[in-house]
This record gives sequence, structure tokens and C-alpha cells, in this order.
Amino acid sequence: MTSVPYLSLSIWIPIFGGLLTLCANSDRHAHVARAMGLFFALMGFLVTLPLYMQFDASSSAMQFVEFTSWIRGFNAHYSLGVDGISMPFVVLNSFITVIVLLAGWAVIQKKVAQYIAAFLIMSGLMNGIFAAQDGLLFYVFFEASLIPLYLAIGIWGGANRVYAAFKFFLYTLAGSLLMLLAFVYLFQHSGSFAIADWHALKLDMHSQTLIFWAFLASFAVKVPMWPVHTWLPDAHVEAPTGGSVVLAAIALKLGAYGFLRFSLPVVPDASQAMAPVMIALSLIAVIYIGFVAIVQTDMKKLVAYSSISHMGFVTLGFFIFNPLGMEGALVQMISHGFVSAAMFLCIGVLYDRMHSRQIADYGGVVNVMPKFAAFFMLFAMANAGLPATSGFVGEFWVILGAIKFNFWVGFAAASTLILGAAYTLWMYKRVMFGAVTNPNVAGLADINLREGFFLAVLALCVLAMGLYPFPINDVMHASVADLLRHVTAGKL
Amino acid sequence: MEFQIPSFSPAAPEITVAAIGLFMLLLVSFARRSASQITYYLTHAALLIGAGVTIFVGRDFSATVGKLYAQAPLGEFIRNIGQIALGYLGSSEPQFTFGQMYLADPLGDLLKIAVCAAVALVLVYGRRYLQDRKLESPEYYLLVLFATLGIMVLISAASLITVYVGLELLSLSSYALVAINRDSVRSTEAAMKYFVLGALASGLLLYGMSMVYGATQSLGLVDVGLALVDPQTANRTVLLFGLVFLVAGIAFKLGVVPFHMWIPDVYEGAPTAVTLFIASASKLAAFAMLCRLLAFGLWGLVDHWKLMLLFVGVSSIILGNISAIAQTNLKRMLAYSGISHMGFLLLGFASTSLNGSTIAYVSALFYALSYMLTTLAGFGVMLLMSRAGFEAEDIDDLKGLNKRSSWWAGMMAIVMFSMAGIPFFLGFFAKFFVLQALWSAGHASLAVLAVAMSLIGAFYYLRIVKVMFFDEPVNLAPIEAGRGVRTVLSANVLALAVFGLFPGFLVQLCVIVIQSVQ
Repeated sequence: MTSVPYLSLSIWIPIFGGLLTLCANSDRHAHVARAMGLFFALMGFLVTLPLYMQFDASSSAMQFVEFTSWIRGFNAHYSLGVDGISMPFVVLNSFITVIVLLAGWAVIQKKVAQYIAAFLIMSGLMNGIFAAQDGLLFYVFFEASLIPLYLAIGIWGGANRVYAAFKFFLYTLAGSLLMLLAFVYLFQHSGSFAIADWHALKLDMHSQTLIFWAFLASFAVKVPMWPVHTWLPDAHVEAPTGGSVVLAAIALKLGAYGFLRFSLPVVPDASQAMAPVMIALSLIAVIYIGFVAIVQTDMKKLVAYSSISHMGFVTLGFFIFNPLGMEGALVQMISHGFVSAAMFLCIGVLYDRMHSRQIADYGGVVNVMPKFAAFFMLFAMANAGLPATSGFVGEFWVILGAIKFNFWVGFAAASTLILGAAYTLWMYKRVMFGAVTNPNVAGLADINLREGFFLAVLALCVLAMGLYPFPINDVMHASVADLLRHVTAGKL
Repeated sequence: MEFQIPSFSPAAPEITVAAIGLFMLLLVSFARRSASQITYYLTHAALLIGAGVTIFVGRDFSATVGKLYAQAPLGEFIRNIGQIALGYLGSSEPQFTFGQMYLADPLGDLLKIAVCAAVALVLVYGRRYLQDRKLESPEYYLLVLFATLGIMVLISAASLITVYVGLELLSLSSYALVAINRDSVRSTEAAMKYFVLGALASGLLLYGMSMVYGATQSLGLVDVGLALVDPQTANRTVLLFGLVFLVAGIAFKLGVVPFHMWIPDVYEGAPTAVTLFIASASKLAAFAMLCRLLAFGLWGLVDHWKLMLLFVGVSSIILGNISAIAQTNLKRMLAYSGISHMGFLLLGFASTSLNGSTIAYVSALFYALSYMLTTLAGFGVMLLMSRAGFEAEDIDDLKGLNKRSSWWAGMMAIVMFSMAGIPFFLGFFAKFFVLQALWSAGHASLAVLAVAMSLIGAFYYLRIVKVMFFDEPVNLAPIEAGRGVRTVLSANVLALAVFGLFPGFLVQLCVIVIQSVQ
């Protein structure tokens, strides 16, 4: 163990960096704000690298643990730590923050410092969510992270941004308040906010079921699962590109992470009892939302629905309770972090030039933006789950796990390979190929160096993960095996 | 019978404040010119001295703090300064005086210090507003000071009579304060409403007191408490009847359903500087009444008043939150939100049980203190934005504040998020502790209801944030205020964030104070 508090640094560097950036609030100093923002985002990313480098993959215990008293009267602690499940997300989140700031570099022209600060602070808060080992601390980060995203959607969003911002905030708040009650209950019974104590706490089936539903209310909204997914398309469509990227790449993962950290280990028996319900909801998300995605006319909405469909895969992988499914789901989460971020960035590239997200306004873009078309093709393929891209690995494992669990569940899940290809590639065809009909398209300029840079970095990640996923799933083995052991043992 | 001179030291803070107040009365009748300015500073001095005396009387400074200072290395002393201060505050024993009519204890001391601080902030925030409207006069400061004195007496009350005396001193000064803008129809109407309803509430309270006296044959709260546990002396029916009236009187002061009608009208009608006083310091007075009358005096009837308070609390949360949605006037919105906040406080307070529950009182005290701090900041920003001839009291007046001044938009956003109970702000922990108290008392369904209502609350607080950040400004007038006011107000708002990050100190403070009383 090292003595450098990497986790604290990964949380507080972005947050304080964001607050400092606010000092350059006037748009006359926008370049200062941008430079400061990038600096702090890079610093925040760099301090997360040791988390991966020095990670002991053979252990399922919490690593990089930090423990200090926080609220003495209530036995709440400032307690941080990561295991194989949460560590990759801290790194991913800090990485995506750098990309988001680059993506908004020239696009955001009003209230630049506030934009940068919102995303930096959000990044720190989200690292806090993944690192928190104390229930109250987790909750505090979890809810506080709503504020910057609410402001980001509301200030820099599209025409209907106010509606989307409110819907986003109130939907997620409604869920998390129920989770808070579950936390209060757990605290009353265990006398502690430590998540590890909750894992060990004996609970009868009745209370397990109630807690499971309270957790579900919070995490299902966040994932989002069908039928509480309706806030996501609205939020995605209205959010600025950076907001969409963070929403898709990180915020959706919070719900899935919550299932792994809370639902499964704290109430294992209820989770197993409810597994059929969860599997059914996940399959509805995969298939029904997949069909919904096909008929979208708005590109962002289409990718938003495809995100819901992909996240259905993740929850499916969790609730079939085998290592293949769970690791597949985790890999799928990380892959989706890259792919959906890249998809939204690609749409952002188009939107910045044309100010339209309607598929019908495009056509023949490949003729004027060949470099962009190549990148977009790769990401579209990854979104559809083509082998050799990261999208394939996770989906394949989850399908394998699902077939092991029950052939027909696996069969239904496998339909995503067709549906995903259908909605993504059809959209790609309509936007990129064909003759140029819209005169505005004819005048489009290909991507510049900055855009090429972040797309290339993401393309590298997508390909590397697809060709050689070992470095990522290696760190998860021990933690996933331990979690599954705990869940199978049950608490009754 | 031999007359014994009572010990005056437990009442020293009130005696000093009263003496300074009377001196000011004399002074203003001679010094006509710049009397306002003199009284302004003298009131501050009175509050400072009052708080200082409260801190030092009844405690041995050299034995606790001084000794530690001499023994420990300076660095360690500074590191533990918070703990030392807590230990010092909790080091006094409850002291009765004036034939058990008067009481000084750590809980009272904390409340008095909080009230003095709150009133000082009220004066700082409101001064320019009053000057702009030609309302600044020595009378204003004197009335505020005497109202504060009333609150301090109320806090120290250990007998029904003392409670009533303190309450009337506070109420009468408040009525006059609301009407201080005597040429304004709205203000006088508000003052009239406040007076009529307030007098009725005082009457109810007095009626209840008379019944309690009739049933227990004593006015001292200690004796009332003892009489309650003795099954032979206590006439239950009359007592319960009296209890209902007492609760009604307290509920009026707190401004909770069904005695909330005056709150929105008075908040709206009174000059904002006065509203600020009623919304912050007065609530602490009502909280003190709760502690003294119910938790201290009528302890034996806990099972009865608990139910009443739960009912009142739940209906306040529901009515306050739902009515607040429809408001377009910021002051009215804060009035209704205040009703729901007081409902939360009552739910925390009523989570107690016969064998005493620390968490219930701690959560209520924590809620009272954090609400005071939040509401001061909220009205403070409103006062800051009002100019001569312009009242910034409609929600639309905040439109596009982010474009006019990002700093104040951010500050107001912190206040709103804190009121909505979003972490990392103080309001979250206040709500959280109340939920814990409710749950530990077995009121799980009420906790669910409270949570559902705070979701509704989040909507209208978010609307303020929306107006400030998402809308375009209607006027671009810059915000003008003295540097002093801006600094104090910013510190007040940032305290919400700092205590939200580190609520531990405040929690410990409440725990120590409550435990020393139990």
C-alpha cells in the first residue's frame, strides 16, 4: 500500500480545480479558464493512473484505503477504497473528463469558466461515488453530482432544456430519496454506515425485499431501466455534447455500479428472488428499446435509446449470477463508456457544423468529410457489437452467460446483435452515404486537429479493448468471484 | 419569613441587554442627530455583550480552557480548539434562580448565542434596505433589541409566567416592527393581522397555562413536571385540555398548520428587513418554547403532545410544500417553505419517547440552527438585490442573475440547494437527522411521507435556480452593496457549505447541549 492518497486526490483535484477555474469567470478570460480546466483535468487523470498500475489484481479486498472520522456523533467516516469493480471506473471517468473538456473547447462560448467548472466538479464527485466505502459519503456524492449536470443541461442545453433539466433532476432525486431511507434503515440496524458492515449484516427476507425495492427505485432510474427510462432521451437531446458524453459514459454506470455495490451484496436473497423480474425488465430494455431506437429521426435520441438498450445488457449480466455474465457486463460498461462517448462526440461534431440533429437533414456526408466518416464508421460498428471492437467482448460474454443460465434468455439477448446493427448502421447509412442533397452538407469542413485527436484516442481505446481485453478483465476477476460467492451464500 | 437575595448571575445576559436597551432609550431622547447610527452600533454592542456574558457566566474559564492552554503545546491546543470549545460550553450545570422561575443551562446558552448572532446579521443585512426607504430610525433598533431580550427571557424561562412575559415582550415588539413602515397599507394590514391573530394565540396560551396551573397548583415548570408524575394530584382531563391550548400557542409562534395563516401575509407585508427577523430569530424563540414547556415542563404528557406535534408537523409539511409551488412572490414562497421546514422540525422533536431520546432533540435543535442560518442567507440575498424604490421580491426579479452577478447567483443557488436538502449543504444533514429520528422512533411511514414531500420541495427551489441560471435577465442593473455586507453575507452562505462538508462539529455541539440538559 502506498501512502499517497490517490483516491482523495482524484476526487478533490478536479473539485478544487473547478472552483479555482470559476475565478476566471468573465468570458474575456475564457482562454485562461480553458487552460486551467485542461490542466486540472489532466492532473486528475494522471493521479488515477497509479490506481491501475499499483493495483493488486489477485486480491478482492479494498485497496488504496483511506479512513478518517467524518461525523463523530453518527459513526460516519470519510472512508475510501476501490476494488476490481470500481477501480476501472475511476480511471475511465477521469479520462472522459479530459475528452469532454477538449470536445467543448471551441464550441462553448458563453460562461466558459462555469462550463468547465461544472464538468470538473462533476468528475470529482463521480470519482467520490465510485470510491466511497461509507454509505452516507456515497449518498452525499451521489446526490451532489446532480447539481452540476442539472446546471450544465439547463445553461448550455438545447431549446427544451429547462424541461429536460427538471425531469432529469426530479426523476433521479425521487429514486435516491428512497435509497436514503434504506440507508437510514440499515444504519439503525447495523449502527454503522460502513458498506462492508452492511454486507455482513443479517437481514430477514421481508426487510431484504423492501430494501431491494428502495435500491431498485434509485438505481433503475439511474441506469435507466425500462419503464423509468424516459428522462434519458430528453436529457440527452437537450444536453450539450459534453453533458451527453458524461451522462452516457459515466452517469449511467452509477446505477449499474449501485447494483453491484449495494443491491447484490446487501440483499443477496432478495436479489436472487427478484432476478426473474430484473431479467425480464432487462430483456424488455434490450429488445423493445432496440426497436424504439430504429424509428428515431433524431440522431442523439437514437444513440440515447441505444444506450438504454446496452445498459439492459448490463443489468441482464448482473442478474444471471454467473462470472461470465457479470464480467461481461462490467466490460460492457467500460466499452459503452468509450463507444457511447464517441458516438455523442461524433454527433457533436456534426451538430457544431450544421446545428441539426435530424437524420433527414444529412446524407452524403462521407463525400465532404472522409476522415470523419472513417472514425464514425468504427464507432458505429463498435456500437453494433462488431468483433474486434470493444462492443463485441462484453456482449458476447453476457450472451454466453445467459445461454448457460437459460437458453431462451440467451436467445432473446442475442437479438441485440441484429437490432444494434439495424439501428446504428441504418442511421450511419442515411447520414453518411448517398448523394449530397442538402446544400449545407456540401459545404462541411472535415474534422480539425483537435477533433481528430480525441476521436483517435477513443478509437484506439475501442480497438485495443476489442482486440485484447485481458488487462481490463484481469483486475475484475478476484472481486467478481468474491461478490458472486457472497451472493450465492445468501444471508438467511 | 426572611427575604433572601436571589442570585442574579444566571440572568446576567438579560440584565445587561436590558440595561443597554434602557440606556439607549434615554440616549435617543437627547441625541436627536445621528441617533440612528448610534443606536445601530449600540445594538450590536448589546448583542455582542449579551452573547459574551452568556458564554462566560456560570463557567470557569481558567479551570477548563486556561488550564489546557497552559499545559498543552500551542499547536495541539489550536488543533483541538473545537473540542475544547465544546467541552467549555458543556461545562456548566443548569442553574435556577428567582425562586425557580429562571433557568440558565447549556441549551439556553447555545440558543441565546445563536439568537444574538442571528439578530446581529439581521441588522447588518437590513440596514441599507431601511436607509433606502427612510425607515431607519432608533425605534427600529430599539424594538429589535427588546424583541431579542424577549427571546432571551423566553429561552431562560423556568416558569409559565416567565414564558409568558418573554413571549409578550417579543410579540409586542414584533407587531410594532411589522408596522414600522406606517404609511404603507400593506404593512399596516399585515401588522393588524399579526396583532389580532397573535393576541388570540397569546390568549390561548394563557388559557392553557391557567389550566395547567389549576391542575398542578404550580407555575414553576419543575413543580409542574413533578406534579405530573404524582398520580394523585394531577387532574388529567384539565391537564390535557390545557396542553392542547399550550400546543396551539406554540404552533402559532412556529407558524405551523393550522395556525399558519398569518405567515405568508406578514412575511409579504412586512419590510423585508423585519421579515428576516421574524423568519429567523423568532423561530428560535418558538423552538425554545417547545423545549421549555413541553420537553421540560409537561414531560409526563409526552405521549399526548407527541401525537399532536406529529399531526401538526405532517400537515405543515404537506400544506407548506404544496402551496409553495404556486407562489410567484419570493417572500411568500419562502413563507410557505418555512411552514414546511417547521413541520420537519416538529417531526424531529416529536420522535421522542417517554424514556428520552437524544436523537430526537438533537435533530430538532440541529434543524432549528441550520434553518436559521439558511433563511438568514436567503433573505440576505433578497435584501442585497433590493434598491431604493425597488423591491426584489418577485421570483422574476431574480431572472438572469447569473448574467448580472455570477457570485450572488451562486450564493443564492447554494441557499436554495441547502433548503431543498441536497448535499453537500447543511440542509441535507438537517433533513437526514430528522429522518433518522423518525425512523428510530418507529415512524417509518412518516419518514416516507417526509421524503416524498421534500421531493416536491425540490421542485420549487430548483425553479429559483432555473430562473437565475437559465433565463435571460430583464434588467442588467449591477448589484450594489457595501463591502462589509457582501463579506458577511458571503461568509454566511459559505458557512452552509462548510458545515455541510463538516457537519460533525455542529452535531457534537447539539449532542453535548442536549445531553447536559437531559
